[in-house]
Amino acid sequence: MSTVILLLATGLGLGGLYFLVASGLSLIYGLMGVLNFAHGSFLTLGAFVGLAAGNLVGAGTWGGLLLGLLVGALTGAAAATATELGLIRPLYNRHIEQVLVTVGLSLATVALFEGIWGPNPRNVTRTDWLASTTDVLGAHVPNTAFLNVLAAAAVLGGIVAFLRYTRYGLIIRAGVENRAMVTALGIDVRQAFTLVFAVGGAAAGLGGVLATQSLNYVSPHMGASLLIFAFIVTVIGGMGSLTGAAVASVVVAVLQQLANFYLNNTGDLIVVLLLALVLLVRPSGLMGRPA
Amino acid sequence: MSGPNVLEVRGLSARIAGQEVVHDVSFEVPASGVTAVLGRNGVGKTSTLRAILGLVERSGEVLLDGVRVDGERTDRIVRRGVGYVPEDREVFAGLTVSENLRLAERRAGSGGSRAARSGTTAHGTTPARRELVDALFPDLVKRAGQRAGTLSGGQQQMVSLARALLNDNRILLVDEPTKGLAPRIVTEVAETLATAARTVPVLLVEQNLQVVERLAERVVVIDAGRVVHTGPARELLDDPELVQRLLGVSAGSAGETGVAR
Ligand SMILES: Nc1ncnc2c1ncn2[C@@H]1O[C@H](COP(=O)(O)OP(=O)(O)O)[C@@H](O)[C@H]1O
Ligand SMILES: [Mg+2]
Repeated sequence: MSTVILLLATGLGLGGLYFLVASGLSLIYGLMGVLNFAHGSFLTLGAFVGLAAGNLVGAGTWGGLLLGLLVGALTGAAAATATELGLIRPLYNRHIEQVLVTVGLSLATVALFEGIWGPNPRNVTRTDWLASTTDVLGAHVPNTAFLNVLAAAAVLGGIVAFLRYTRYGLIIRAGVENRAMVTALGIDVRQAFTLVFAVGGAAAGLGGVLATQSLNYVSPHMGASLLIFAFIVTVIGGMGSLTGAAVASVVVAVLQQLANFYLNNTGDLIVVLLLALVLLVRPSGLMGRPA
Repeated sequence: MSGPNVLEVRGLSARIAGQEVVHDVSFEVPASGVTAVLGRNGVGKTSTLRAILGLVERSGEVLLDGVRVDGERTDRIVRRGVGYVPEDREVFAGLTVSENLRLAERRAGSGGSRAARSGTTAHGTTPARRELVDALFPDLVKRAGQRAGTLSGGQQQMVSLARALLNDNRILLVDEPTKGLAPRIVTEVAETLATAARTVPVLLVEQNLQVVERLAERVVVIDAGRVVHTGPARELLDDPELVQRLLGVSAGSAGETGVAR
């Protein structure tokens, strides 16, 4: 029983990280039709810069962590905004070229990060509480899981409120449905493009700092490995569906944890099988609109 | 500043997926009344409107109030005062009626100093326009909170028309607004357009010749992507042979869907 609880809790925590990456991917794809392969780099950069900022206040302190999360999010947002304005916008409506540019950027930035911070993972210093566990019905649940779930829920709530109650949110929702018609109403939809990149980048940067707390290290490759699962989550949830991404994040991560424990470390395999199954049965994903 | 024509199209061609579907089309839309674009299915009427708006790849000249706009992005052209009511309505199904309308509202003078520099004048939403829309579409006021995707075809057409009528436009481009609607609704839509046309010139793509007869002063007939006839609507509609030759229908049989006159 306590094992199941532990696996569910760590699955939820991991799902929170997936969602922080997948939410941006899904928004960007839904509105712009661009698969953003550079999204993992926003996460990695957010993690390194966020941690460095936190260390200025004090490694392993709450103040340092809070500043790190803030700076991580801002870094992710800034990197994403620069990417959209500098590389994506000039290729307006040329989706294949846009995707290729993000692939190139992701490769180049990983090499750059390795050059700056070295290729190997570095340990991080966490607060005592984050480095320990909490007893839940006999299971020793890592406290980072709670933090991840809390952050993911806050980001989900924030994005939903943004989409529902602001004019830009309205433009984004309409643009996901029918981008051409949004421009035909006199709206410069490119501003909304920049905005979803910024919001997605912020969530990824935040996720980067959080991931360092769960993994207990920071590395130039952490973005790339999380990105793979975030893509799978996005496809399973339905490209462009935020709720779908949230549900799929939890499903994928929990399934992965359970399979890793009970089925001989086959978590990744099971996830890929789930992906194949969803693509066969519901090609547009759990909550995506049929193409 | 504006001449007698609000819109001039000169040598306009449009390409879809690398294929030219509109060839060297030229016509004018005077600053008042309804100009109808006629032609059989698939001849390029919709593509012509979309090319004017820059929604498809195009070449040639488009002048709005004498100003070339063919190099501009769609949203800029629209903010110069072009209202678009697309074929098949294209309401945002997942948004409510009021969200659809709010999205269409343009701030009068949006673009600010940039607009002034480029010679754009304000063609946005005004309180008078909102009142007009509420008066024209009381049903939409009642259904403000309903998702547009759950509306009937006629109600969706009203949303689409309302979006265009919310702003002080220089011209409306309206694409087959009566397509697929019940006769009673066709009459309603025609009446709404007649009301709108009193204050703004309309370029109207329409297959229902009774609606054309009711609304249009002039016609532009397109065949195989080219303009094959322009002139007063009366002249065409009074010539059954010409109607038969250009449109492939007889003027008499066009009106199973009766329009009150
Ligand atoms: N999305 C599209 N893809 C490929 N061909 C298209 C597309 N839209 C229109 N066409 C082609 O362009 C031509 C003109 O179409 P259209 O402008 O819609 O005609 P109309 O409005 O007069 O019925 C047609 O031959 C049609 O097959
Ligand atoms: Mg058409």
